[in-house]
Amino acid sequence: MTVIKMTAAEVARKVIENQSLFILDVRNKDAFEDWKIEGHSFDYLNIPYFDLLDGVDEIIPQLPTDKDVLVVCAKEGSSLMVAEMVSEAGRDVFYLEGGMKSWSSYLEPIKVSDLTGGGELYQFVRLGKGCLSYMVISEGEAAIIDAVRFTEVFTNFAKEKNVEIKHVFDTHLHADHISGGRHIAEATGATYYLPPKDAEEVVFDYTPLEDGLTVKVGASQIEIGALYSPGHTIGSTSFIVDSKYLLTGDILFIDSIGRPDLAGLAEDWVGDLRETLYRRYRELAEDLIVLPAHFMIIEELNEDGTVAKRLGDLFAENHGLNIESEEDFRHTVTDNLPPQPNAYEQIRQVNMGKITPDTDEQTEMEIGPNRCAVR
Amino acid sequence: MSIKVDVKLDCKGLACPMPIVKTKKAMNDVESGQILEVQATDKGSIADLKAWSESVGHQYIGTKEHDGVLLHYIRKSGDDHEAEKKFEQTITNEEVIDRASNGGIILDVREEAEYAFGHIEGSRSIPMGELENRLDELDKDQEIYVICRTGTRSDLAAQKLAEKGFTKVVNVLPGMSSWNDDLTKKI
Repeated sequence: MTVIKMTAAEVARKVIENQSLFILDVRNKDAFEDWKIEGHSFDYLNIPYFDLLDGVDEIIPQLPTDKDVLVVCAKEGSSLMVAEMVSEAGRDVFYLEGGMKSWSSYLEPIKVSDLTGGGELYQFVRLGKGCLSYMVISEGEAAIIDAVRFTEVFTNFAKEKNVEIKHVFDTHLHADHISGGRHIAEATGATYYLPPKDAEEVVFDYTPLEDGLTVKVGASQIEIGALYSPGHTIGSTSFIVDSKYLLTGDILFIDSIGRPDLAGLAEDWVGDLRETLYRRYRELAEDLIVLPAHFMIIEELNEDGTVAKRLGDLFAENHGLNIESEEDFRHTVTDNLPPQPNAYEQIRQVNMGKITPDTDEQTEMEIGPNRCAVR
Repeated sequence: MSIKVDVKLDCKGLACPMPIVKTKKAMNDVESGQILEVQATDKGSIADLKAWSESVGHQYIGTKEHDGVLLHYIRKSGDDHEAEKKFEQTITNEEVIDRASNGGIILDVREEAEYAFGHIEGSRSIPMGELENRLDELDKDQEIYVICRTGTRSDLAAQKLAEKGFTKVVNVLPGMSSWNDDLTKKI
């Protein structure tokens, strides 16, 4: 039977369109438990490839015949080997091109909405890592917020849309993934903005992203306004786009809130986080649609694949916005924190421009889920 | 420093799954208790060789990096797990530091690689296989506390020493696999 290649883009369509898929993940058990391809209707079997070197006969009965079977490994080689063995045993089977490495890098651009006067807002969903980046387009210009390191995805998208990238923002100094913001700005001549309180140690030039800053995308129509909202980091800044969308960075997610400890200062910043979530955001219009910089679980995706929800609904439903006592809040966000993201200290160094790892090293640093939230 | 091994396997430049496929094959020619050094450049080989070794029962000793090459050390599973210990003078892991501090020595008879990746500070290394030829390095009147991973090799070593006229020999049980205190590395 045949071995067929499946790309990360094809897997992404299956996630977004809620299709079924059976994943035979042949990485070792720790790696699988730490991080896997999540889908609403996916089933899994995890057997390390090195337990299958003598044959796949034992697992063949566990592979379904009524849905696609996709063999997944870290980089591709082992999945191809196992897929060939499964094929020789008489089954059609897929393998993931580029393995989890390519899954981690894949970005799916999804249109969130049209904006005033013909503008558009896109969310770039990095399904494998749970990162969300944004592009605001209007009248031949574009602004990008929280770009991940695959800068060509953004610059090519801008070319396709025939727009010039003018403004590039990072809501904060990221600790879970390597920012592409500075490099996009360098390549396009755009202005790169970073909150100065997060940028004290950076070794490159940037434009300070201060509370109340506004920029216009296009001649007049779309306004992006900055709102200082510390807590995940001391500089964390949110954006209000076109008076309709609230880009919360890593402060507020759909089903969780930001963790205050990734720069090592949980105790100090918990008060800021409380202030942002329970006062500043409360003063905003409840009809704003929240667009975070991450999702943690697949259930946070809407039916069209976007990650977006009305602020008023989050006030009602998000556990992190409903902890009445400050004391309980403090405990929640400092006591039971999940493990920190892989290599988060190195990633911060990269985003400060202090170290410049090559692409393979960057991939290695970004392995695993983002873990920026506390539930 | 380089670590003495029995067999070396070059997997440099090979991507997953080849380092494991080749290691599995190479293990067929390694004798029980011997050390295989796998040279690899694929970073994924660290977690995978460790997990594979554990799943098939080999002893994964450790990995060090030298000039951009990962050197993995694996000891082929031996028959030293459940063997009956015959040497009568024994003490426990917990007692050995105190006892040896009164002029005795701790003699670690594991392979050099095992010793390198973690041993009791101040212990001496003479692998079991070299003991017979290196008896002159030891003092017959000194108390010798013999330790290995699980107590089996040290049992044999203690018997050997007694046979050669060493009178103050003690086997330490259960051995380094259950050692909970600090370890010193020499890699």
